[in-house]
Amino acid sequence: MKKYIWPSVKLSIFMILVLAVLYPSLIAAISKAAPGQGKGKTISVNGKVVGYENIGQKFTDDKYFNGRPSAVDYNAAGSAGSNKAASNPDYQQLVQDRIDTFLIHNPGINKEDIPAELVTASGSGLDPDISPAAAMIQVKRVAAARHLSENKVITLVSDHIRGPWLGIAGPAKVNVLKLNIALDTLK
Amino acid sequence: MNSEITGVILTFIITLVIAFPLGKYIAKVFHGERTITDFLNPVERFIYRICGIDPHKEMNWKQHMAAMLSINLVWLIYAFFILLFQSHLPLNPDGNPDMTPDLAFNTAISFLVNCNLQHYSGETGVTYLSQLIVITFLQFVSAATGVAAVAVLFRAFAEKTTEKLGNFFVFFTKTITRILLPLSIIMAIILAFNGTPASFDGKDSIITLQGDSVQVSRGPAAGMIAIKHLGTNGGGWFGANSAHPLENPNYFTNVVEIVAQVMLPMALIFAFGFFIRRKKLGYVIFGVMTAGMLTLMIPNMISEMSGNPLLHHLGLKDVTAMEGKEVRLGVPASAYWQVMTTIISTGSVNSMHDSSMPLSGAMQMLGMMTNCFYGGKGVGLLNYFIFLIIAVFISGLMVGRTPEFMGRKVEAREMKIAAIIALFHPFLILVGTALSAYFATHHPQLAWSVQPANWFNNPSNHGFSEMLYEYTSSSANNGSGFEGLADNNIFWNITTGIVMILGRFIPIIGPVAIAGILAKKKYIPESAGTLQTDTTTFGIMTYAVIMIVAALAFFPALTLGPIAEYFQSY
Repeated sequence: MKKYIWPSVKLSIFMILVLAVLYPSLIAAISKAAPGQGKGKTISVNGKVVGYENIGQKFTDDKYFNGRPSAVDYNAAGSAGSNKAASNPDYQQLVQDRIDTFLIHNPGINKEDIPAELVTASGSGLDPDISPAAAMIQVKRVAAARHLSENKVITLVSDHIRGPWLGIAGPAKVNVLKLNIALDTLK
Repeated sequence: MNSEITGVILTFIITLVIAFPLGKYIAKVFHGERTITDFLNPVERFIYRICGIDPHKEMNWKQHMAAMLSINLVWLIYAFFILLFQSHLPLNPDGNPDMTPDLAFNTAISFLVNCNLQHYSGETGVTYLSQLIVITFLQFVSAATGVAAVAVLFRAFAEKTTEKLGNFFVFFTKTITRILLPLSIIMAIILAFNGTPASFDGKDSIITLQGDSVQVSRGPAAGMIAIKHLGTNGGGWFGANSAHPLENPNYFTNVVEIVAQVMLPMALIFAFGFFIRRKKLGYVIFGVMTAGMLTLMIPNMISEMSGNPLLHHLGLKDVTAMEGKEVRLGVPASAYWQVMTTIISTGSVNSMHDSSMPLSGAMQMLGMMTNCFYGGKGVGLLNYFIFLIIAVFISGLMVGRTPEFMGRKVEAREMKIAAIIALFHPFLILVGTALSAYFATHHPQLAWSVQPANWFNNPSNHGFSEMLYEYTSSSANNGSGFEGLADNNIFWNITTGIVMILGRFIPIIGPVAIAGILAKKKYIPESAGTLQTDTTTFGIMTYAVIMIVAALAFFPALTLGPIAEYFQSY
């Protein structure tokens, strides 16, 4: 083995330079041309950055559309799922509590109509999206809290639905942050 | 839901369409035939010259393994010390601390062996420098090590009788310059333009629309995420891995990432067929592996898509299993990823496996227990080769002929190695799980930093699954986890570290040794009496051997974990 150690060391040094120094620097340089200059795509309101397009935010206020439960409370300093199993009794209680909370905030909604994603935590804890159904079910509450007509809010949600990839693959979704920013401008 | 199924099928088709020509290309690269990347020839000659490598000096299998172990030893020591002292080194904008010695031991081994089990979280556990010069670097070179090892197998069966099996450093270098680096550059650019961070800026602080103060972790992630998939490594830049919306921003990047991780293991199988000029053998192997993949994929898909029984009990109409999953990806794409990432030993996740349905968990574990359906970079085919040799031996006995593979007699010595390797993987997993289960049940209050009683995020059978999954993932060099397990403490860091390093090198050395020994033997031309190994019948035989040897060994353990949980939940 001894005769291979020295070539190994030299080859390793060379590869570290290429793979861990040149390669990431090249990608960083190229990404300057990408949206957000490779720092992540931000969204601004009145010239002030209010968030990242891809990072979900905590919305608990009734006048905003709420996103999904998060295991990290939407602080993107970290990221994690709950890692709870369906068979876990504590978890069962947690989901029951979420259902109850949702029903208190959304009077007039039947329990059985609650979309699953609104009472289950996302994988990253930072899910920026909800499904169109999960947005629609909150329309009544949001419209009432803002004294807007439901139809106006429904139109706004419809405008924010992003269809499947290429129109054929994957789910449809609504970006909660973008929807809420648009909601703030609605008269 | 329909568009989500379409997405999964489309993803598989795209993978296949890329893998086939890529396999041809890889065969040409290792044959030294003309390819479009020949402009790199002078670069490679330069590398050999400055590193003192004679590319024309061919090695036998023992020299190959000596070279492989030497260079891996260098990387292990290097990685361990960087991680241990990372906070004193530059490029640490978030001010992350040094790793503890046991965590550095675990992490260095984990990335060295292409496992990428992570007992830390990317945002807080490593510096940008470590992410690049340790993690990204090892993701490239560990993948190239696997390919270089399987290239020895290619050479062993391409010629009649030979001891000369090419040069390890040449296989290694070419894998990086001709395959991994070019593909990584393309993929990293795709990711960066879809919103994955690639700059060196540290955490950002913002006030959200609702008025909360939060931080957003970033960093030069795109390049690492590219090789993490292309190299079937799987270790994420962020803690949530590819469920993180910056690591995997949309459905398109999800397709790119899952295609990237599956296409090279697939391509290597085609490459084997092309390289030894027995295309049909390559197709039969591919067929068996695809059958194995479907055996796990179909139950997993059904189990995930039929929804969460808990939500049903609580009276919801929509019971979609969204715990631990992301809306932009959806259930089918997450279920597809769960199986692919476990059979090909990547171990990156786009949903939290701990929260998947009980039977899905069983399929994910079986994927790692068999560990040869497509399989990891290079090592998948090496694992499959072990089962193939066992199938040759059993078939030979059944029909009363001397077992032969590719014109070489398979004799006692090779069979002993194959049997040891086939049993070694269950041994590591089951002994590890038994040990941890012993501490958890008999010494739950031990005065360790984390008491065994507090290891689990979920009680009962699922807690057992968390331990079983951890050792399965370590031994299979997969790296995914039932992440609820409290694994960053001395017990788990040390035991899984040992399992990972044994689970890497023994299953590489074994098959390479068999290939080397067979290659040296006298070549017996095929006759009417030769057992045909490139037929459907033999393919079915191999499939049966894999299922009997690899899958059934784990049946009792799976019964205590996911199967028991299944019967309690429904």
